[in-house]
Amino acid sequence: MASELIKKYYRTDTLPTIWCPGCGNGIITSAIVRAIDNLNLDRDKVCIVSGIGCSSRASGYLNFNTLHTTHGRALAFATGIKVANPSLTVIVITGDGDCAAIGGNHFIHACRRNIDLTTIMFNNSIYGMTGGQYSPSTPSMDKSTTTPYGNIDRNFDMCKLAMAAGATYVARSTSYHVQQLIKLIEKGIMHRGFSFIEAITMCPTYYGRKNKKGDGKEMLKWQKEHAVSVDNMKKFSKEELSDKFLIGEFLNIDEPEFTEKYDKMINSLKVNSDDK
Amino acid sequence: MMTVKLMQGNEAVVDAAIKAGLNFFAGYPITPSTEIAELCSEKLPLIGGKFIQMEDELSSMAAVIGASLAGAKAMTATSGPGFSLKQENIGFASMAEIPCVIVDVQRCGPSTGMPTMPSQGDVMQSRWGTHGDHPIIVMSPSSVKEAYEITIKAFNLTYKYRTPVILLLDEVIGHVRERIEIEDDPNVTNEKFNLPDVNEYIPYKNVLNGVSPFIPFGLGYKYHVTGLAHDEKGYPTNSTDVNERLMRRLLGKIENNRDDICVYDEKIRKDSDVLIVSYGSSARACKESMKMLGEAGINASFFKPITIWPFPEAHFKEISEKFKYIFVVEMNNGQLYLEIDRLVKGFGKVIKVNKFNGEYLTPQYIYEKVKESL
Repeated sequence: MASELIKKYYRTDTLPTIWCPGCGNGIITSAIVRAIDNLNLDRDKVCIVSGIGCSSRASGYLNFNTLHTTHGRALAFATGIKVANPSLTVIVITGDGDCAAIGGNHFIHACRRNIDLTTIMFNNSIYGMTGGQYSPSTPSMDKSTTTPYGNIDRNFDMCKLAMAAGATYVARSTSYHVQQLIKLIEKGIMHRGFSFIEAITMCPTYYGRKNKKGDGKEMLKWQKEHAVSVDNMKKFSKEELSDKFLIGEFLNIDEPEFTEKYDKMINSLKVNSDDK
Repeated sequence: MMTVKLMQGNEAVVDAAIKAGLNFFAGYPITPSTEIAELCSEKLPLIGGKFIQMEDELSSMAAVIGASLAGAKAMTATSGPGFSLKQENIGFASMAEIPCVIVDVQRCGPSTGMPTMPSQGDVMQSRWGTHGDHPIIVMSPSSVKEAYEITIKAFNLTYKYRTPVILLLDEVIGHVRERIEIEDDPNVTNEKFNLPDVNEYIPYKNVLNGVSPFIPFGLGYKYHVTGLAHDEKGYPTNSTDVNERLMRRLLGKIENNRDDICVYDEKIRKDSDVLIVSYGSSARACKESMKMLGEAGINASFFKPITIWPFPEAHFKEISEKFKYIFVVEMNNGQLYLEIDRLVKGFGKVIKVNKFNGEYLTPQYIYEKVKESL
């Protein structure tokens, strides 16, 4: 099954990937591919846009219309694509540094517009490609190459930001909970509006090593043990939840979508000009 | 057939762009370019096109590139500080060979400078604002009519050479209103190429003129676009040989086609040893100052580059050899001057005539500066 999917959706002449052993990016990339396959989308109409960083290299390995943009700007490029040609299914791949730091402003405005893009943020809590500097999602007091004495910044919950900024589909899963992640991505793609799915993943090379979190396998185990389903959270006390994080679907609502509103406006203008 | 209109420079850019097929504009408001965004927001939806006011200049440039890749004819407009912010993605468009037009209506700088005052201070930024050696085409009109014609040419060139084209207006040309005659059927080259077999399309192959046809996303040609050094298929590479071939092709497609790209206006007199070089609104003032010089017994020749980058190098070298004095007149501290001085090194005296305080150049000022230097 896996090899069939690889033949069907990957640019095999670009493999192997540049990712380190134990990295979770391959798992998340394959979850995206499985979601596309399950939905039976027309590959010619799928457009995958990514920013800069380890995760954003995924676009190059996938055989769709693919665009690897500048740092933090994937959502702005994707907005142009979707507005110019709303018939395309546009999926954005970004990292926690790319999306939450340099791309933060584009992120809140893409949420606000409720434009029909599906954004999957690979969150490995670190800047991997530049060699392990802290990102907006590096937990407080953790170490990185630019927080050698511990990170005094507070870390960002991008799902809460997405909801506050106006996204209409928001969910989180991990590279351990692959079946759930695939389902959430499927729902995000089918949702008409801005969808944000955070995928918690692992970087054993930089984040794991600096913070003594073990290898990729150990970090997957950590995800398993620290993730609490949003449906079950009431079963846990506040204390029990203090070192845990929530996974599942946080928001799924219907609001008018940007490109549909645009088309309606254009059509109403045509009616008006006919009246004249 | 001709239509006669009273029109502002910024308005001429919008009307010409729409005539050339513009159907997507993304921008962020900034003086003195704002009328371009405002007019696009009014006119594009009426023809089924899209206008989007993005959250900043960086995203405007990004959205223009995305829209172009999705099959739209796309443009953005800005002024000095906004132009600076767009530079990273202008570099992306150069590297990934995405057609698009960027209008910069120059205002007095540096930094936020004097927002409503004219300048020609972005000549070097338009050439070298983004990092790395890169291809670019920059054109600067000096009348409303020229703004109209050059905008059409900009759209033709951006598709022909798959490189961003920058329209460099100054505030005077952006805001001046003039009577212009517009041809109802301008020369828009909507090059229709035969779509190659899907399996045979190589997006960055070195073909005719160094440019493989540009095919938008969604038509079945699933290829990769990146700002990284890439091979002919678009895949990232660290091979210095592959990157060398890529860079030589990117630079060559402009270098080797200067004759096709370069537009200029000139009036060379046999009995003259003074050449005045100017562009944009400054060139208008020069024409008047040349009359004044003539009355004082100085017959000056005139050269106006409309395409500033690439500069019409060979032609300029040829004509400039006979002049004893070359005056370069511009609203900055001497930016095109640097290029002219480099080109004529050894056989001419190059003198700069400048204003960079937010005032425009008057014929009287130019006349006096030329006269006192002779």
